[in-house]
Amino acid sequence: MNHLTLGNRRGISLWLGALAIVFGMLFSATPSLAASPSPSPSANNEQLLIKGTIKNEGTPVEGVSVQITGNGVNAKATSGADGKWVLEVATKGVYKVEILLDTLPEGVGLRDPETTVRDANLTATNTAAVLFPLGKDTRVVQPIGDQIMVRVFSGLNLGLLLAVAAIGISLIFGTTGLNNFAHGDMLTFGALFTYLFYVVFDWPLLVAATATIALSALFGWSQDAALWRPLRKRRLGLNQMMIVSIGFSIVVRYILLLFFGGETKVISGDFEAVVIGPINTTVNSLGSMAISVVTLAAVALFLTRTRIGKATRAVSDNASLAASTGIDVERIIRIVWVVAGGLTGLAGILYGLQFQANWMTGFQILLLLFAAVTLGGLGTALGATVGALIIGMVVEVSSLIIPTDLKYAASLIILILVLLVRPQGVLGKKQRIG
Amino acid sequence: MANEISIGPAAPGCKKHDPILVADNVMRQFGGLTAVNVEHVEIPRGQITALIGPNGAGKTTFFNLLTGFDKPNTGSWTFEGKNLAGVPSYKVARLGMIRTFQLTKALSLLTVIENMRLGAQKQPGENFLRSLIRPLWAKHEAAITVKADDLLKRFKLDAKREDYAAALSGGQRKLLEMARALMSEPKLVMLDEPMAGVNPALTQSLLDHIKDLKKNGTTVLFVEHDMHMVRHISDWVIVMAEGKVVAEGPPAQVMKDPAVIDAYLGAHADTDLGTVAINVPGKAGN
Amino acid sequence: MDWLNIGSLALGELFSPFTATFILCALGLSVHFGYTGLLNFGQAAFAAVGAYGMAISVLTFGLPLGVGILMGLLASAIFAVILGIPTLRLRADYLAIVTIAASEVFRYFMTTIGFAKVTGGSNGLSQFGDDFWAANPFPEGTYGFGPFIYRADELWIRVVAFALIALGAVFVWLLMRSPWGRVLKGIREDEDAVRSLGKNVFAYKLQALIIGGALAALGGMVFVINLSNVQPQSWGTTFTFMIWTVLLLGGAATILGPIVGGMVFFVLLSVTQGIMSGLVDIGALPFLTLPQVGQIRFLLIGLALMLLVIFRPQGIFGNKKELQFNG
Repeated sequence: MNHLTLGNRRGISLWLGALAIVFGMLFSATPSLAASPSPSPSANNEQLLIKGTIKNEGTPVEGVSVQITGNGVNAKATSGADGKWVLEVATKGVYKVEILLDTLPEGVGLRDPETTVRDANLTATNTAAVLFPLGKDTRVVQPIGDQIMVRVFSGLNLGLLLAVAAIGISLIFGTTGLNNFAHGDMLTFGALFTYLFYVVFDWPLLVAATATIALSALFGWSQDAALWRPLRKRRLGLNQMMIVSIGFSIVVRYILLLFFGGETKVISGDFEAVVIGPINTTVNSLGSMAISVVTLAAVALFLTRTRIGKATRAVSDNASLAASTGIDVERIIRIVWVVAGGLTGLAGILYGLQFQANWMTGFQILLLLFAAVTLGGLGTALGATVGALIIGMVVEVSSLIIPTDLKYAASLIILILVLLVRPQGVLGKKQRIG
Repeated sequence: MANEISIGPAAPGCKKHDPILVADNVMRQFGGLTAVNVEHVEIPRGQITALIGPNGAGKTTFFNLLTGFDKPNTGSWTFEGKNLAGVPSYKVARLGMIRTFQLTKALSLLTVIENMRLGAQKQPGENFLRSLIRPLWAKHEAAITVKADDLLKRFKLDAKREDYAAALSGGQRKLLEMARALMSEPKLVMLDEPMAGVNPALTQSLLDHIKDLKKNGTTVLFVEHDMHMVRHISDWVIVMAEGKVVAEGPPAQVMKDPAVIDAYLGAHADTDLGTVAINVPGKAGN
Repeated sequence: MDWLNIGSLALGELFSPFTATFILCALGLSVHFGYTGLLNFGQAAFAAVGAYGMAISVLTFGLPLGVGILMGLLASAIFAVILGIPTLRLRADYLAIVTIAASEVFRYFMTTIGFAKVTGGSNGLSQFGDDFWAANPFPEGTYGFGPFIYRADELWIRVVAFALIALGAVFVWLLMRSPWGRVLKGIREDEDAVRSLGKNVFAYKLQALIIGGALAALGGMVFVINLSNVQPQSWGTTFTFMIWTVLLLGGAATILGPIVGGMVFFVLLSVTQGIMSGLVDIGALPFLTLPQVGQIRFLLIGLALMLLVIFRPQGIFGNKKELQFNG
């Protein structure tokens, strides 16, 4: 079940260039890039290589071509018998590598059919590797009714997963007023530690998941203890805290990158496929949905039935009033951070087991999470759940109408439109002023 | 019970000889809670009117509604005959109806004199394009600075002219906010608890300033929950409880009104009226 | 370790077009955040809209570059209006989330294959800046001294970029000493108070958003003309957060803050990169590889952002009294 193509840490770091998509452009270690109007030859005479290996489920595939463009280059490279292709270029910079789908063998497709173009980042390194993992060709034309069902199913799946993570954001916002930008990276944390325990250490899934959730909860607790609690004591403004959380999110993300390397981790191993009508899914997706539903129900029970849960809602309503009725607000906030950490770690596990994950995964999801909690009405757990389901649906169903590479855009546009009509969110209450 | 201000005897919602502000059926609900439900009220021109009532009676919410800072569920109101329902707050201010806030909104990181200048209206330099060319606004700026300095002297803030407003004491900020409101020569000044948090030494001077306003022909409406503070300076008192106007009239008469005493004592017989957060109507009466 | 090289590379950052880009964007952000208190987390998108507006005008509509620049500015203004109308009436934190969302939406639109004919898709656009290089008045040759030696075209872009910065700074200074700027500062402190004094707060915020966005658009144009191409992946959230770090480093409500902040930021980045790379080269940091040094730079940016906001929110130059965060 090990889909790892890369072994040691040092090897891993070579692959970073290809994946540091946005960031590579931004820092030019060589002043030549920043300074010259047209790319100039690199300062040293080292070879600059873009390369990759085309493999289908572990076996090399020969004769697949990629088109490499950028910085004046427009060239083709084709994989050899070992599946490897390589192209030497003259200048540093970011190149585009597009896999030419018609050169793929019959019945073979991209495992991520939406990504035919990837970046090769040669700004900081001399070698950039680009991978296009292959798998069974999933491009099958279905009747529209079936397509809708498939999309709704995926939307439900994504929405439930988002809800598990969004509740954490919502609880933290409710009790502390903080919009935590590091929340997405907590999800990454969960996904990558699952990878470590489950794939690298080869622990049983249940053990790996339990360990990850415990670690994520600990991460939540320690984050609060070491950072947010002291800042609350300093009476740092909420907007300031929000910017601190941005800084913190960058720090966490890059620590994860340093630790785990930049390549995308495939954690979803050999789970059995399940076919329900037109829907092709896997045991892990169904399991993920079941776990999400159970978790959401448990959170709902916790918030409505237990003393601590009720106290949490009281703190969300009005912290000073709650404090005056004898609730230990700091303790509640501590619990919220632990719960939020655990939930978000769980969401990371579920995400990792179904999709792929890398060090940027969480940050990409973060905006969907914010959209979900804002849509539902900031600070209410129920709102976050409803919002997450809406966002999940919009993301998946919209791709029936609009290009799939705009599906995230669709959900964010929905967010902006809802704010236009109903600023308090779908379920939020109007605030009184003055 | 005749008086000079109202037509006929003083009673909740009674007509005035010369009202500057008239409100009808103004209702505001938060969730299931009716914060304000005023059937009819008129504010007499050129007088000092106090709006009193226990905390949570809806005074501040009523203020917010009248000045466009909050929107009522229903209702209409006019200022000098102009309909104000749905008019945004900044336009209300431009019509000459300037308010202050219960929690003082001195602009902390602006100096006292800049705070004052900001109060002036129709400044050519506040237009984006004109602001770039100093000669187009320098003259007006000088004029409003003279006016601002004048007011600062009157409010005894001239020594603090160049200080950041953040450096002022609570009472001084109240004074600054009031002085700033006067920069635009409003017809109606609406002061939300001008005396709250002000030390006793400053209270008297604040009261004097309010009386001065009347002398200069400005109408004053102010919110206060301390009935005794009100007695000395107001010409007319309107009492609110549970969102409604329950009594109005000259101060001496209102103080004796059983409805008023009930509103106060019934609601919070033994609490400091300054500390209770919000009063739910259902609980207060029964 | 080659200290001379590290030093001259770092000094080279002082006047690089890259630094200039971030200074212009930070200057715009100072109008948004420093003076008006708007939490704009989509400044990268304003730069991108300007850059794409210019490039598309030139390439798709065949307009001269000068007109393209105006179109880029116009596009950024339209973007500000579209973004501002739903959000400027909302609480500050909503603005933050919506601006960052809108910035990503714009990036998705520039990346999608659907519009690739106009936007170039993920390959982006190039060949739009020819007029700029053709207008270079400096004859061929090298200019300058020490670490500041430039070819004619390198000098040309630097002169233009820093002239824009100077103009932008004077422009912001003129605005902020005026009664118009006073209203903005008042809004930063308490918008209800300003509203109660008869100012149309929404209109002022929108104007501020447009002006700060236009400055960022200029920054974006400098960025892409220098690189000779515009690509969607440049304008991610990291771009925005780097602008924030530059701004907070220098001081948010100051004119010189963004300029000095930008210079200090990129010089420091270059120095840390140089030193760490040097240490890796001589084997003093056996657990790191060269590309990882580049990653640590970003880690440090995040750390700097945190520490600045916590311990020195007023920046290097800011007056502690002048800038505090609200909320």
